[in-house]
Amino acid sequence: MTVLHVIFLVTAVVTLGAAVMVVTARNLIHSALWLILSLFGVAVIYGLLSAAFFAVVQVVIYIGAIAILMIFAIMLTRRVKQDVGSIVNKGWWLAGLLALVLFTALVWLFSTWSGFRTPLPELATDVDTIKVLGAALVSPSHYVLPFEVASVLLLAALIGAVVVAWERKS
Amino acid sequence: MISLSYFLVFAAALFCIGLYGAMARKNSVAILMGIELMLNAVVINLIAFWRFRTPEVITGQAFAVIVFAVAAAEVAVGLALFIAIYRQRQTIAADEIDLLKW
Repeated sequence: MTVLHVIFLVTAVVTLGAAVMVVTARNLIHSALWLILSLFGVAVIYGLLSAAFFAVVQVVIYIGAIAILMIFAIMLTRRVKQDVGSIVNKGWWLAGLLALVLFTALVWLFSTWSGFRTPLPELATDVDTIKVLGAALVSPSHYVLPFEVASVLLLAALIGAVVVAWERKS
Repeated sequence: MISLSYFLVFAAALFCIGLYGAMARKNSVAILMGIELMLNAVVINLIAFWRFRTPEVITGQAFAVIVFAVAAAEVAVGLALFIAIYRQRQTIAADEIDLLKW
């Protein structure tokens, strides 16, 4: 039981508990706040995996942008009626069952794989991962094409979101 | 020693919780939150595989960057759609948006 174990277990329990609250909380604002806690837990997991860049990006993009956008959307689409009655649809037990079966199947599938218990390899200390990642994303021999396509996708989504949500005054 | 199995099981659990949320909840924003949890689980897997299996190749992280961008685009368009639907129908409960059902 090392320090890494303790940090991982605490983070995992907090993250999964918050995730369960996200899908079960009646009040959507509470759901969104639990989502923020859960996303923060995931950021800690990225930190444990020595992906510092992703830990920061997780906080900036997911918590800073996506979660706030969701809270805005919840506030813009509130109505009294949705706070009464069931928060889940008729087939919720089927969804729960499917999720459980999928989890069991995934864990079983992983456990039959020979690399399941791969121990943590040492990272090369002389390589700056963030520098390598940045270079790979703009290098023509690596990922410059998907990177640029992602930029165009973001721009298209930006314009699309504005067009879709635009209130037409007729 | 911490091993790859921890992260795989954790990500599988997070994915399944998100899956339940995406399939069972009525409110569209709650469905989107479930999808966010699932995407996060996927990115954890990508980075865990990078860290444990191929730490010398950067592909896993590059893939994760693209997933982040797609997730952001998806949320922006999704929430814009919900606001547009809310303006038309005064509801975003998934079972009440049934214009295409007859």
